[in-house]
Amino acid sequence: MSIAACPPLLGSEALPGEEALPSSAIPLGSAPRGYRGRITGIVGGAHLSDLSEDELELRLLEFGMTEGAVVEILHEGAFGRDPIAVRVGGMTIALRRREAMTVLVTAC
Amino acid sequence: MDALNLDPAPVFALVGTPNSGKTAMFNALTGSRQKVANYPGVTVERKSGPLRLPSGAVGRVVDLPGTYSLRARSPDEEVTRDAVLGRLAGEARPDFLICVADATNLRLALRLVIELKTTGRPLMLVLNMIDIARRRGIEIDVERLAAELGIAVMTAAAARRVGIAELTDALDDWRKAAPEGSTPSWQAPKVRDVRAAQREADRLIALAVTKPAPPDTLTARLDAVLLHPVAGLLCLLALLFVMFQAVFTWAQPAMDLLAAAFDLIGTVLAQILPAGFLLSFLQDGVIAGVGSVIVFLPQILILFLFILLLEDSGYMARAAFLMDRIMGGAGLHGRAFIPLLSSFACAIPGIMATRVIDNPKDRLTTILVAPLMTCSARIPVYTLIISAFIPHRQVFGFASLQGVVMFGLYAAGILSALGVSFLAKLFFWRENPTPIFMLELPDYKLPRLRSVGIGLFTRAKIFLKRAGTTIFSMMVLIWFLASFPAPPAGATGPAIGYSFAAMIGHALEHVLWPIGFNWQMSVALVPGMAAREVAVASLGTVYSIEGGKAAAAEIGQALAHQWSLATALSFLVWYIFAPQCASTLAVIRRETGSSKWMAVSFAYMIVLAYSASFVTYNAAVALGAGG
Repeated sequence: MSIAACPPLLGSEALPGEEALPSSAIPLGSAPRGYRGRITGIVGGAHLSDLSEDELELRLLEFGMTEGAVVEILHEGAFGRDPIAVRVGGMTIALRRREAMTVLVTAC
Repeated sequence: MDALNLDPAPVFALVGTPNSGKTAMFNALTGSRQKVANYPGVTVERKSGPLRLPSGAVGRVVDLPGTYSLRARSPDEEVTRDAVLGRLAGEARPDFLICVADATNLRLALRLVIELKTTGRPLMLVLNMIDIARRRGIEIDVERLAAELGIAVMTAAAARRVGIAELTDALDDWRKAAPEGSTPSWQAPKVRDVRAAQREADRLIALAVTKPAPPDTLTARLDAVLLHPVAGLLCLLALLFVMFQAVFTWAQPAMDLLAAAFDLIGTVLAQILPAGFLLSFLQDGVIAGVGSVIVFLPQILILFLFILLLEDSGYMARAAFLMDRIMGGAGLHGRAFIPLLSSFACAIPGIMATRVIDNPKDRLTTILVAPLMTCSARIPVYTLIISAFIPHRQVFGFASLQGVVMFGLYAAGILSALGVSFLAKLFFWRENPTPIFMLELPDYKLPRLRSVGIGLFTRAKIFLKRAGTTIFSMMVLIWFLASFPAPPAGATGPAIGYSFAAMIGHALEHVLWPIGFNWQMSVALVPGMAAREVAVASLGTVYSIEGGKAAAAEIGQALAHQWSLATALSFLVWYIFAPQCASTLAVIRRETGSSKWMAVSFAYMIVLAYSASFVTYNAAVALGAGG
């Protein structure tokens, strides 16, 4: 998985529609450390935490997790490999795998 | 002051994402003349300071809490939203908004700018840390950005005070132009709006930023160790060890000096004033009371020095990351770690530090359990009882029994705090699923001496101000209870024996005898409410020993004759849990904004203390330690 194959897109590229998700998409929360991929959508998330589905999606978007953005899992915690530290759009975000399950990604 | 300028001072509000260097910008604009207070009704810190503009006019700068959006998610962010929109009671609507952005990380900041623009208020964007951006090869077309956004865009490196003169010039021109802006209007953006705004921000970056920010190599290298599952935790432990050592050993000389100074003032007063109520009030009420709290200033400053360094360097977010799972097991948030750690010095700064937790329930749980951490005020009580009752001998071949007991008391505090938060989670907030944990891990930065200095100075001011108000009034009340009514003529016992405190003590004895407390101990608990360690001095007083802390060894001997081992153990256990600190309760009330939670913490701690002491006392008596 070379860096050249996965340029840091910043949203101007063609983006998949919210409904038409590629079948190869996996949840970011299940990816191993070192995984590098592109966000294809944010789905679900109801009853995951104290936030509503929309609120969780808003929080993720506000941390720059928009469709097309490239994400990479940089670090993970010692217990249950949780939480994870994700590089996205020039910054590093810490979040739990549970919430990251709503972020769908395809490897690149 | 410009006498001709009859206009009220223009208000400039700093808005920006966390870690944008907003505070450095605030410090660069206002210097050390800043004022830190609370917004009315909420416990969010309000920082403001005067800004002298090149034309001689004086404006005011307000540093609003960092936020990613006006869609407020915490009390801090609500303040930012309401201040920007002019909805904050008792607070003038800012005339100008200055959005501070980290030039190396523009994605989220530009989205915030786009959202701020919709409010219709006069707005300027300052690309901060431009020096770091340039060093990392990030070229930003400022004019293009300004043209696209339709607002003024400046560059600065606030921590080095670069670009500040240009910025104040621009602010002056801005003030003279006096743009009216429209009455602020704002609607909470929906998912679709946020997505569109982020697209727009990304489009601007593609246009105006020549090169996307490469990751900071130093941060990557440090994180390879500091966020490593094993090495990272070990580094955190080592750091905590150093922090503890520092709080307890470096502070000692300064604390001794302060204690000696208060003793000296007391002695001098005793020489120049006639014996009587005035002297007693000054000596026992003001100096012994307030002095015993101010003595902790060095410890609190060292603790805050560490906290400020960790925050400014960017490590604090890493500590929360490393501890999230461990704390989460007990129903606490990763960010609760530092407040609880601070509580080992004193629960007051610990409870104040819970402001970093954005979820109100998490914050409340942390506030409720923080007083269970063994604060430094318990140490004098623990040492007195342990040295008087626990034999000085070796156990397990290497440890001293006294040390083991001390460690046990600390461990009991930690375990009970974890237990209480676990139970709170289980019973009270079960319907509330796990709160979210999501935070930015900013690039590491070398902390700036100046901003750390200003931070320490404001902490010291806040602490001393409280010692002069809340704690002072508590001390006066307790002194009053312990001094009145005066003993009748020809009384033989110590004066406190005839006071309201003694009446309370005798009344308390009816309740406290099942846990092995006699009336003298019950009396000592009353002044002990002022500050835990005051109980040592009051035990001295009720057992007619003169000399306060200096006579601690003597008090110990007296207690060893008067108390059974069971009583001593029960007293130690009482001090692990009991809410024996009026200032902590006052801070809980202030920070939670309600007397209800103060009452809740008082009640649960009393129940815990009583039951634990009851079990300890009766078990010890059953084992033959009651004689």
